[in-house]
Amino acid sequence: MTAVIAIALTVNGEPVTADVKPRLNLVDFLRDDLGLTGTHVGCEHGVCGACTVRLDGEIVRACLTLAVQADGCAVETIEGLSDSGEIADLQNAFRARNALQCGYCTPGMLITAQDLLRQKPRPDRAEIREHLAGNYCRCTGYHAIVDAVESTARARTESAT
Amino acid sequence: MKAAAFSYARATSIADALQLLARHGDDAKVLSGGQSLMPALNLRLAKPAILVDIGRLSELRGITVASDKVTIGALTRHVDLLGSREIAEELPLLREATAHVAHPAIRNRGTIGGNLAHADPASELPACMLALDATLVIRGADRERRVAAHDFFLGIYATALAADELLTRIEIPLPAPGIRYFFHEYARRSGDYALVGLAAMARTDNGRLSDLRLGYFAVGDRPQLVRAAARLVGVDVTPDLVAAAKAELMIELDPASDQQATAAMRRHLAGLLLARCVATVLDRPELAPEQAS
Repeated sequence: MTAVIAIALTVNGEPVTADVKPRLNLVDFLRDDLGLTGTHVGCEHGVCGACTVRLDGEIVRACLTLAVQADGCAVETIEGLSDSGEIADLQNAFRARNALQCGYCTPGMLITAQDLLRQKPRPDRAEIREHLAGNYCRCTGYHAIVDAVESTARARTESAT
Repeated sequence: MKAAAFSYARATSIADALQLLARHGDDAKVLSGGQSLMPALNLRLAKPAILVDIGRLSELRGITVASDKVTIGALTRHVDLLGSREIAEELPLLREATAHVAHPAIRNRGTIGGNLAHADPASELPACMLALDATLVIRGADRERRVAAHDFFLGIYATALAADELLTRIEIPLPAPGIRYFFHEYARRSGDYALVGLAAMARTDNGRLSDLRLGYFAVGDRPQLVRAAARLVGVDVTPDLVAAAKAELMIELDPASDQQATAAMRRHLAGLLLARCVATVLDRPELAPEQAS
């Protein structure tokens, strides 16, 4: 009854097929089956945000999503966003402003921040904090992260005009 | 932790889902968005033998407005509620409450039906259903039944749903024009479960309350429409009367202590919310002098 189930999806644009056990969650599938270890496992119950990925363009908790639920979907991980250059400026801003220390939360922070900037190109600091409220960072105290997101938003909107 | 092993079936229709539930009974759990079920599985608080995934049943999605009610499909996600013009215009209480449900990544998957069927006593939406006098429509193998929100929530994670039934949609009567609402919750972190919260609807008439529905959450084993509200209806509200209503509320509520807050703290916050709510809906800030936020 707990037999494996065949799934087909795309991960960072590449087609992937696999046979997965129903209980396998998406973050373990990405890390253990596909070797995409940029997506981190933190709390495994949806509180910390370290496992944030994009599913069909929307951010989700990969620890609260089963691999079988991603069947037919497009998954994007930090490797995809990083390799495509989509968030290169945001990554540079994180580095320049010391918005990371141990780096464990950083992939989730970057994906969540990019999600905000796609929806709202010029958020204020309260909006940045609200959107990132579901992502824990135990090193930085968050100020530097908010600074990095805010400066990226400013640079993007100024270069667009 | 990792979830215990289970098997998985993706329902192809409502009828298919009901057949699966009838076959597996208490061994099955319904999976919609999974944002409450997956933590329970990962923490091994729930160990179903099979998940029945209704997540792709598009007929359970969507928001429609008729002359007298708003109908919300059970699979409508929190992000859909937040993005809906109809909800913003007709049910601003629900919109504001939904903005307090967890975080964006969770609201992108969590559904209103899953939220209500999970029946977490600290959740915002069950209390809204009480304040809005919602009806929950439940489908079983051979019949559909309608349950008032008041009769739906039975305790911690307990509802009127039988193991072989599915919550399919929620019907909310259109509030009368001019009706006022109030929503506030106290939480340790934005998006966390509330320590105490209040979702309220009020009708006013010449400076008096003609109706007041106070839906508290995180104050007991289920959301609670409190009787203390009746003290404030149809009379000239004074600070003494607010104090009397708060005193009655203290007797009525029986909150628990946990690592987040003591029962005494929850009572105190519940009283503050009552005063803030009345002050807000009557536009009389002097009724809530202690404006903790």
